[in-house]
Amino acid sequence: MTASSEYTDYATGEPVVDSKAPSGPINERWDKRRFEARLVNPANRRKHTIIVVGTGLAGGSAGATLAEQGYHVVQFCYQDSPRRAHSIAAQGGINAAKNYRNDGDSIHRLFYDTVKGGDFRARESNVHRLAQISVEIIDQCVAQGVPFAREYGGLLDTRSFGGVQVSRTFYARGQTGQQLLLGAYQALSRQIAAGNVEMHPRTEMLDLIVVDGRARGIVARDLITGRTDTYFADAVVLASGGYGNAFYLSTNAMNSNATAIWRAHRRGAYFANPCFTQIHPTCIPRTGDHQSKLTLMSESLRNDGRIWVPKAKGDNRPPNEIPEDERDYYLERIYPSFGNLVPRDIASRAAKNVCDEGRGVGPGGQGVYLDFADAIVRMGRKKVEEKYGNLFDMYERITAENPYEVPMRIYPAVHYTMGGLWVDYDLQTTVPGLFAIGEANFSDHGANRLGASALMQGLADGYFVLPSTINDYLARNPYQDRVTAEHPVVQKVLAETEDRLNLLLSVDGDRTPDSFHREVGELMWEFCGMARTDAGLRKALERIPQIREEFWRRIKVPGTGEEFNQSLEKANRIVDYLELAELMCLDALHRSESCGGHFREESQTPDGEAARRDGEFAYAAAWEFTGTGEAPVLHKEDLVFEYVHPTQRSYA
Amino acid sequence: MKLTLRVWRQKNADAEGAMSTYEVDGISPDMSFLEMLDTLNEELTLRGEEPVAFDHDCREGICGACSLVINGDAHGPERTTTCQLHMRSFKDGDTIDVEPWRASAFPVIKDLVVDRSAFDRIIQAGGYITAPTGSAPEAHATPVPKADADFAFEHAECIGCGACVAACPNGAAMLFTSAKINHLNVLPQGAPERETRVLDMVAQMDEEGFGGCTLTGECATACPKGIPLVSITSMNKEWLRATRKAGRR
Repeated sequence: MTASSEYTDYATGEPVVDSKAPSGPINERWDKRRFEARLVNPANRRKHTIIVVGTGLAGGSAGATLAEQGYHVVQFCYQDSPRRAHSIAAQGGINAAKNYRNDGDSIHRLFYDTVKGGDFRARESNVHRLAQISVEIIDQCVAQGVPFAREYGGLLDTRSFGGVQVSRTFYARGQTGQQLLLGAYQALSRQIAAGNVEMHPRTEMLDLIVVDGRARGIVARDLITGRTDTYFADAVVLASGGYGNAFYLSTNAMNSNATAIWRAHRRGAYFANPCFTQIHPTCIPRTGDHQSKLTLMSESLRNDGRIWVPKAKGDNRPPNEIPEDERDYYLERIYPSFGNLVPRDIASRAAKNVCDEGRGVGPGGQGVYLDFADAIVRMGRKKVEEKYGNLFDMYERITAENPYEVPMRIYPAVHYTMGGLWVDYDLQTTVPGLFAIGEANFSDHGANRLGASALMQGLADGYFVLPSTINDYLARNPYQDRVTAEHPVVQKVLAETEDRLNLLLSVDGDRTPDSFHREVGELMWEFCGMARTDAGLRKALERIPQIREEFWRRIKVPGTGEEFNQSLEKANRIVDYLELAELMCLDALHRSESCGGHFREESQTPDGEAARRDGEFAYAAAWEFTGTGEAPVLHKEDLVFEYVHPTQRSYA
Repeated sequence: MKLTLRVWRQKNADAEGAMSTYEVDGISPDMSFLEMLDTLNEELTLRGEEPVAFDHDCREGICGACSLVINGDAHGPERTTTCQLHMRSFKDGDTIDVEPWRASAFPVIKDLVVDRSAFDRIIQAGGYITAPTGSAPEAHATPVPKADADFAFEHAECIGCGACVAACPNGAAMLFTSAKINHLNVLPQGAPERETRVLDMVAQMDEEGFGGCTLTGECATACPKGIPLVSITSMNKEWLRATRKAGRR
């Protein structure tokens, strides 16, 4: 028996239950929970220390808000400044059910669109809360001075996004994430200056400290001196983002990583729906083996750009020489009512299908056109420039092609991970005192995230949800003995971390960290990417333990641990990808239905759409770690749909 | 392409640094400048040498982490960030100098990595609007003229990379500081703290050891986001206004 077949032989444990989920009418549940949640006396809050890992939209907003409430916050980011977290790269916008357009939007419609867009694999209560809070987020950000786009009358402008028929996306040109993040960063900076937040930049969390069953601190490494140290708190909040870099090439920042959540998983936090990854349809295609990352072009481009490929296979003519009647605007053809604005998973798969048919364009036939010629005629070049100018410039800088004159070439790329640490309605993981917010948790997007919803969720969690729910935990655990560095558990966790780093430095093999990262990433893209099969996933599951074994035999990390050492940082993150990748494949293998971004070729409708199997799979899969390469235990959380009746998604 | 690189190597903040020469071959014009450095680092690693340390993260021109002086220019010959600079801007056989940001307020940490925490402290001094979570009025309660909103946005685009400081012969941080002041001071939401903001941020900027402005304009030429030089003029006007107002009180 090989290691991988042992790994796939997982057991199913007790169901995991969200004990914090309130009952009653859905629009009253958040109020009800906030009222039931216990509070911490303002005078006692400064006695509580809360660790926040990450300073993106979720972490930045949470750190600032918790500090405003009076808590003592100790915050970490691996970047040199909290302002650089990868939320900064989000382009398109943020959804909110303001109904400023009077186009039929409402909280209930945003809730409905999000549950449907997630292909009925998200929790109704969480999604409804998200829709409710969406309106407060816009108010909060405007008050902070976020320069959203405005109309000439001075009021806020909105635009449409995929999977939706109303205009509810607020934006700041193509830099919405940047502007929202700077808003949160500035609020956080105010609290740093006030002494309420102790900020540790260039410091990376490497493990979680759990004492007597509660999260009580972290081990983190100062990336400048190389020193690993322990930090203690009454609660730990992970806002460390997603794990898309398990694929090596993704739109994530180069250093975005899964270590914080994976180490927490190893210490007892269940990991939910790891196979739910989002492949974004509009990214710039890769140009060669040197490619280090992929760049997204905002989905907002699909508002005015038209996607097409030549009708004929292997048509190598330049795009402008292909006559109109020899072009296939395939999204408009297959999905006439949503056209180019179908959800991301559908647009990505459609692009893959036409490329697989041999009708792809550009190097290797791995691309489709996104054409603005009609938009330029209709709106005039100036208007197009105003709306998309910075995106067009970015495209031209990367490709040396002018999208005003020739159509852009785009191809899908890994962009976001819907899966993450399992959390209850309070955003608490299965480790008491450990919370996960933003992309690091799994809760709101189901099997597919709609555009402009990541920013909404990160800020909802950080500004509004966590600062309410964490009180309840702290109020119920008021006086705890201080954990100290001498505690045997702490000593053990610290020693394990140091041993791991020393081992990486001591192998002195003949392969670079990047070469392993690329190898496992390519394997994941091939077998756990846009289309997945039983056979392919089994092949990946056989291969991953072999790569892992080779890694520990052949890795080469120059330098020492007592200094700034980017090779060591990388290698240590890859250790975790090599385990996480295995769980992603197992989750994808066990879920033999298709849903949202998870497309199993065995489960499709006659027209090639994802076919869900609600009878068997209407649950969130929460996995419990049992050991490296050992079969994890599956805990199911049944999903109940009382308000949005599951139907086959149709965007035709 | 085959290139000769002369790269600043410095073990740590206390060590002496020097330029080291490396040859790289097989460079594609489609590579970004950082991908070219990745190629060098892969080779160095395999040879058992320490790779060149440099800051980078998003590699799409928005996080502001990358920070190289290339042939004497902050972010190199094109008006963009280092990560968005492509090798098609160079020729086969070129010799390229690669150095860190040079400014006394940005000490070198290792090789091409510098400490820019002074920027964070300038923001902490007043680069925010005091609006604790939950206190916000309805977003449409205060219309903002489009021209003001656009002016705010153009200054808010600053990515905090520090190219302005690196390019300035005086090592001044006026462009960075003015961008944030202009972003917030033009908005009605920023009005209550308009004076304290400019006074406190400028005082912090001076305390960090940045130089003064002599209007050479190198900063605005190097800025990958196109923050205009007049941003500094606007800040000076705000500062003068705030100083006089403070004097009257």
